[in-house]
Amino acid sequence: MSGTLAEKVWDAHVVRRSEGEPDLLYIDLHLLHEVTSPQAFDGLRLAGRKVRRPDLTLATEDHNVPTTPGPITDLVSRTQVETLRRNCEEFGVRLFPMGDAEQGIVHVVGPQLGLTQPGMTIVCGDSHTSTHGAFGALAFGIGTSEVEHVLATQTLPLKPFRTMAINVEGELQPGVTAKDIVLAVIAKIGTGGGQGYVLEYRGSAIRSLSMESRMTICNMSIEAGARAGMIAPDETTFDYLKGRDHAPTGDAWDTAVEEWKQLRTDDDAVFDAVVDLDASALTPFVTWGTNPGQGLPLAESVPDPETIADENEKAAAQRALEYMGLEAGTPLRDIRVDTVFVGSCTNGRIEDLRAAASVVKGRKVADGVRMLVVPGSARVRLQAEQEGLDAVFTEAGAEWRLPGCSMCLGMNPDQLAPGERSASTSNRNFEGRQGKGGRTHLVSPLVAAATALRGTLSSPADLLDRDADAPVAAAAATEGSH
Amino acid sequence: MESFTTHTGIGVPLRRSNVDTDQIIPAVYLKRVTRTGFEDGLFAAWRKDETFVLNNDAYAAGSVLVAGPDFGTGSSREHAVWALMNYGFRVVISSRFADIFRGNSGKQGLLTAQVDQGDVELIWKYLENEPGASVTVDLVSRTVTAGDIVAPFEVDDYTRWRLLEGLDDISLTLRHEQDVTDFEGRRPSYKPTTIGA
Repeated sequence: MSGTLAEKVWDAHVVRRSEGEPDLLYIDLHLLHEVTSPQAFDGLRLAGRKVRRPDLTLATEDHNVPTTPGPITDLVSRTQVETLRRNCEEFGVRLFPMGDAEQGIVHVVGPQLGLTQPGMTIVCGDSHTSTHGAFGALAFGIGTSEVEHVLATQTLPLKPFRTMAINVEGELQPGVTAKDIVLAVIAKIGTGGGQGYVLEYRGSAIRSLSMESRMTICNMSIEAGARAGMIAPDETTFDYLKGRDHAPTGDAWDTAVEEWKQLRTDDDAVFDAVVDLDASALTPFVTWGTNPGQGLPLAESVPDPETIADENEKAAAQRALEYMGLEAGTPLRDIRVDTVFVGSCTNGRIEDLRAAASVVKGRKVADGVRMLVVPGSARVRLQAEQEGLDAVFTEAGAEWRLPGCSMCLGMNPDQLAPGERSASTSNRNFEGRQGKGGRTHLVSPLVAAATALRGTLSSPADLLDRDADAPVAAAAATEGSH
Repeated sequence: MESFTTHTGIGVPLRRSNVDTDQIIPAVYLKRVTRTGFEDGLFAAWRKDETFVLNNDAYAAGSVLVAGPDFGTGSSREHAVWALMNYGFRVVISSRFADIFRGNSGKQGLLTAQVDQGDVELIWKYLENEPGASVTVDLVSRTVTAGDIVAPFEVDDYTRWRLLEGLDDISLTLRHEQDVTDFEGRRPSYKPTTIGA
């Protein structure tokens, strides 16, 4: 029987199927962090239950951790982290605490250890679990009640998703990255467009991406309302995995690869919905509003809500401009920022840091701009330091921090002050997301770095203008037309 | 979980779309390790605005929230459901809910009633003209009644059954524990474990 990638992975994990009930799905890997797990462990204790498969469960500390040296000073944050430590010890779950060589953001840790593999089901009490779909895994965020359910049973009752193909064909222009692709997808289908679907990203532009770029795209599937995003595994996937700590070895590797090669949507399979995007027409993308669907190419201007036909969208745009302190018609390039944040489970991997470093190298962060660079994990940090990227950032005037979720959601001290504006490589520009009253523009690492240097939303091409004093040619090379 | 059949309470018109879970409860309020006490964080930023609907005495004791489309988007935090329930809400009405939020609600006994946007607009007008008016949500007949407005709502059969019976998922799944054990016997041996090398 023919099927899509998502359906194949789903079907391989059905423990029990019964008419009129959700399927009971087996979970191959359960990731935990300190914020969404304490109440779940409490539930287990109350019911006298154990963790069924501690050997398929892994915890890390990420949301609350400070990114400057020293202990957690916020008492409530510290209690949450200490609660995770106690719970992991009591229930026998492996934990990467602050300071551990393997600590980091949960969605950076899984893939770098080789724990995230094709064809797996992966869950975490965190909506950005969709990241792991880049390997052809079915991975999605769950709530705390579901965390408790998986801890107790290693399964979840779930109603099947519908499937949506996102076809991205063509070649990306220089300076255009995975982040621009996914921001364009979200702007196109809206924050509710993927609701009820698993997205499968396909096409030549997707196949040409590295694993880290694929993770960036799958990561933000949830911002289009989709619980999961997937990309069929290929040689790029196998090359990434081979030799990693938890990847199969020897004969098991060969067996696994043979199985993984079957994990693709059959040619005659039918998706419930199809969306097409021309990669060659894309340019650097930024958000102007307070949801990730409110984005435009950097060369455009802040939109006029009056031109929006849908009443709800119009009201949302009006409210967004008011919150963001923006006026319709202002060129996006004229928007001045106070802070630049490079990091998060969306763009906190080594490739992202290399991209940002390549732009700031030998240059200086603009006066009055604070640039924070927060590696996604301790391993990423170490790798970056071995490559000298930390020096590139600090010499430019940026702050080089310890790994964690940091300013993506400001549960630790890294927050925007009220009214402060950021260009951020994270995933959500919601009101107050990066700190009460803070204003967020979502961007790629390249745009973040260029923005830090110029102080206004910029792409690297804008720097070439300045440095080479040849504005037209340089801008045309990266921006194209639209 | 407490069972849910019908609920009557003050309706609160929230004329906003894309109410994400960061608005329902900002991250700084997520540090508690219990399921209670989150009511203070509910719509924390918006409640500082005196014109916000819950700051109007007529709506302050509301238990049926009537919101715009795409309610509950963003973060998977179940704290959003706890905050709404801790405050006193038993029902949220919207024309479209985010998947994770809807699932979380069903686990906790917060009813998410999906009503056509046209009917939501009518209920908004009614509640704005009659501040403090009640709304009745009947899970048996799947209808929302507000004044003369009677609107059908959608909720899937399985969630409806669980809510009506007040059943919790874990005990339901544990009835099939042998199926889980059998499945584990069939899993490919190359699948990874988290045990350290």
